[in-house]
Amino acid sequence: MTATAAPSRTAVRARRAPRRRLRLQPIAAILIALLTLGVPFWLVVATASKTQAEALDPDLSPPSEWRLFDNFATVFTDGDMLSAFFGSLLVMVPAVVGVLVLGSMAAWILGRRGGRLSAAIYALAISGIVLPPAVVTIVLLLRQLGLAGTALGMIGVYMGMYLSTVVFFVTGFVRTIPPELEEAARVDGAGPVRVFARIILPLLRPVLATATILICLYIWNDVFYALFVIGGRIDTLPLNLYQVASAGLYLQNWHLIFAYIILMSLPLLITFVVAQRRIISGITSGAVK
Amino acid sequence: MTANITLSKGTARRRSDHPLWFLIPALVILVVFFFVPTLSNFVYAFTDWSSFKSAINFAGIDNFTSLFSNGTLLNALKVTLVYAVLVAIFQNLFGLALALLLERDTRVNRAVRVAFFIPVIMSALAVGYIFQALLKPDGALNGIIGALFGTEVAIPWLGSTTWTIVVVAVVHAWKWMGLSMLIYLAGLKTIDEDVLEAARLDGANRWTMFRSIRFPLLAPAVTFNVATALLGSMNGFDIVQATTEGGPGGTTELLNIFIFRTFGQGLFAQATTMSLVLFLTVTILAFPVIRFLRKREDVL
Repeated sequence: MTATAAPSRTAVRARRAPRRRLRLQPIAAILIALLTLGVPFWLVVATASKTQAEALDPDLSPPSEWRLFDNFATVFTDGDMLSAFFGSLLVMVPAVVGVLVLGSMAAWILGRRGGRLSAAIYALAISGIVLPPAVVTIVLLLRQLGLAGTALGMIGVYMGMYLSTVVFFVTGFVRTIPPELEEAARVDGAGPVRVFARIILPLLRPVLATATILICLYIWNDVFYALFVIGGRIDTLPLNLYQVASAGLYLQNWHLIFAYIILMSLPLLITFVVAQRRIISGITSGAVK
Repeated sequence: MTANITLSKGTARRRSDHPLWFLIPALVILVVFFFVPTLSNFVYAFTDWSSFKSAINFAGIDNFTSLFSNGTLLNALKVTLVYAVLVAIFQNLFGLALALLLERDTRVNRAVRVAFFIPVIMSALAVGYIFQALLKPDGALNGIIGALFGTEVAIPWLGSTTWTIVVVAVVHAWKWMGLSMLIYLAGLKTIDEDVLEAARLDGANRWTMFRSIRFPLLAPAVTFNVATALLGSMNGFDIVQATTEGGPGGTTELLNIFIFRTFGQGLFAQATTMSLVLFLTVTILAFPVIRFLRKREDVL
């Protein structure tokens, strides 16, 4: 009896389940998003729009008077946002271009050559993906090189940290490019530089796009390594947030801290909204083969 | 390069197609900015380098013995490992739950997925400050709980010597769960629809399907997510610095927080020693963890 009852019950459930899930699932999804994302984000926007007195104890109450743009103006000048924005660009752009070009050059060779030497170099080159950088001795080294506190030193440190990522991503990709494509150009008399620049580099576009997104994300948001290398010498957005917040917490300026957070998140947020589909597919394609 | 030319003609031709000098710029950067500092870690951890004197002298294992005997070394190591494990657990639980919840390709789900990716692109420091405000004893979270239960609630989320590390790990997981979700979603998409259909015809319910078919087939995604969460959080700094600065009572003092603090005090050799400890810990853990997770994939 039970043997016949059990399958029929599951069969009924199997038929009914999809329809019930259809109605409940969107509500559950929206509810969870509102609770876990909506609450923190509303706290940021509401507090960033309040006066100092109102924002003393940040809570979820709406501001009695919306002062978001006044607070934006205050942090924009007090937090040196313009110089921080350009400081962030100054270290990020050369570092990203540098790792992409040098990393692809190395990855092309490592992906095409066999043998022990290449394998050993490859293993060393990608070890930086897991190994943490030696942040204290980097500072010492930069001092000896005369690069302490300079943009050049910071760019070098970021390049040393993220070359591994590029080499790892691109070497895997290079191996999927048929060597015949190179041969054709070679027959026409092209040297390695030409083959690399004209044939390989354009083909690497999708994987380089993924690497660019990841590395931009890391460098734009980095504060730990920046504190050691250029803290106090060059403004970057996270470094200035650290300063605004360190002073702000002491002065209880939550409205300014949150106004700063909104402004500093905008560039990446806008980029993300514009290129959302490509960013998401790029990031996931690298992780799951 | 010259070495290649001495090889037989055929290989020389092929090898000059992919000349070794293409490796040199990348290797120079890696050696100067990554390997030399890493190796000097092994030297300066055994000196008395500090901002208080100009000379740097050999000091043997003094740094290790003093950090060991006053308990900071073991404490920071323990905190870092506990934090990394907690983050790996929470981030994967949240990410997997979100992926299963938002699996179907509806318009609502796509929008919610994008929303959950916003914390990933935000600065971790900013996330830390947001949660510091949210978790204050008179903050918004206690306000919500109080409103639900109709009483005044003042839980010091960031003031407990036992539970604060768990709370901070949840914040870390909150920031990164969108990334884990995306990777689990991509993993779920790779599962063959026929396998699921066969299981459904065999009368498997949703839980059985998940436990014995879908979860095992997610192994590559689990490997990636657990490994990145573990190693990423061992190198963590921003969120903890912004929420607790290592407190209360050093119970959330990660190795990187300690390094930053002692470096700021001018105790460079001690900071280097801790940096070496972090390096060794990650090295010792990374390779077995990745091998173990890979082996689990092979079995399936």
